[in-house]
Amino acid sequence: MTAAPGMIVVGAGQGGLQVAESLRAEGWDGPLTLIGEEPQAPYHRPPLSKAMLTGAMDEAQIAIRGPEFFEKHGIDLFTGERVTGIDRAARRVTLSDGRTLPYRGLALATGAHGRPLPVPGADLESVLGLRTLGDARRLRAALEGAERVVVIGGGFIGLEVAAVARKLGREVTVLEAADRLLARSATPFLAEVFAGLHRAHGVTVHLGAKVVELEGRDGRVAAVRTADGGRHPADVVVVGIGIIPNAELAAASGLACDGGVVVDDCGRTDDPAIVAVGDCTVRRGAQGVLRLESVQNAVEMGKSAAAALLGRERPFTAAPWFWSDQYDVKLQIAGLSAGYDQVVLRGEPAERRSSAFYFRDGALLAIDSLNRPQDHMLGRKLLDRKVPLTPEQAADPAFPLASLTR
Amino acid sequence: MAKITFIEHSGERLVVDIPVGWTVMQGAVQNGVEGIEAECGGSCACATCHCYVDEAFVDSLPPPGETEEAMLDCTAAERLPNSRLSCQLKVSEALDGLVLRLPEVQS
Repeated sequence: MTAAPGMIVVGAGQGGLQVAESLRAEGWDGPLTLIGEEPQAPYHRPPLSKAMLTGAMDEAQIAIRGPEFFEKHGIDLFTGERVTGIDRAARRVTLSDGRTLPYRGLALATGAHGRPLPVPGADLESVLGLRTLGDARRLRAALEGAERVVVIGGGFIGLEVAAVARKLGREVTVLEAADRLLARSATPFLAEVFAGLHRAHGVTVHLGAKVVELEGRDGRVAAVRTADGGRHPADVVVVGIGIIPNAELAAASGLACDGGVVVDDCGRTDDPAIVAVGDCTVRRGAQGVLRLESVQNAVEMGKSAAAALLGRERPFTAAPWFWSDQYDVKLQIAGLSAGYDQVVLRGEPAERRSSAFYFRDGALLAIDSLNRPQDHMLGRKLLDRKVPLTPEQAADPAFPLASLTR
Repeated sequence: MAKITFIEHSGERLVVDIPVGWTVMQGAVQNGVEGIEAECGGSCACATCHCYVDEAFVDSLPPPGETEEAMLDCTAAERLPNSRLSCQLKVSEALDGLVLRLPEVQS
């Protein structure tokens, strides 16, 4: 351990690793420490709810960088270590074993954790969340021996797990408390599409289903009870009801937090020596107040925050994008549709090869693409370059969208 | 295993043994090939694992799928006729000896 104050990154997920990589890429050649709570080196999380669960991909394939990367770039990687406190006045962090490390610049990339299910029985065996590689291992093992799987929460994680469980031949029920799927993260159009998709694949989808209790037998979950009197037998229950930013460390040190660590478009907190990135943050910037949970958000904020630690301005202002793979559908979202007043469709909705274009006052806000990757990529360009597109053009199959970006 | 050669933009050559069933991208990042970023982890969503396939091998690869085709239009370095995304190249014995050149930038 080095005594000279260097850069410390707390959290070794995608965002934390990106900060470390970008610090080196931007020319920082002093001490650089990356501290992660999980036992593994940084790994890609998206496959955890997809190929890792089916067994199509194994653990050796998801590391973001190979083992020699860290040594080669002089990144001290501490795994299985927890930072328990930040002394901002003295500029040092305390680790769980009592050691302290001084910093010149500090990046918080502490991620988030699954929202706990607040009902009796939530601690029964075979009630699982999905956030970490450890969670994925447990879920994969549990799915192997299961016949009936109940997914609580019709968000992206829950739906991706439902798709995998169906692929594995399990009987699957999705219970969503709201009156539609994806209520927190996507539009009613997509909610309809995905409800139809899952039902077509044999998933039972219950909307407005408020879970009141998990019933156990010998300590294991046996059924899920809903407020309407429903009882859904289950060998495995998967809980995917949203995530809560891990902002305790920041809050305890007095950094501004408001449903996440508050940062600007450069990842700066209200302490000039501290930046924060990814799932643990809430961003107040040019696009308003954003709480994004995505790979792009982790990576781009990581780049911006590394630059900020070195006193450089690299605001992250690109249009948000996101994807989800379920069955044979690749969903890609570009932009933010909140506040739209008009939707037009392009493509063949019946075949799930279509894009929905969202407008407000005639200006493009966002595009949801289902198996239409060209629309998604063009849409990202249109949004980033603020190229005007009219609803009429978007709806006209003969109008070449690509002509606008040339 | 297939032996695959990566030529970094700097000219440095790395020869890597990649297990059958992995993607070329996975083999590259696990073995310290730095010219591949692979931000999205292989979901064909970011176009930061762009590579140029040695002319001798271009025709022996399955052609790009629809998503890769769309993503290839968004690479940071120029798209050439032999451009591919390495996350979409599945390693098989047939790829043994493949040579790939990496672009100057990925993002």
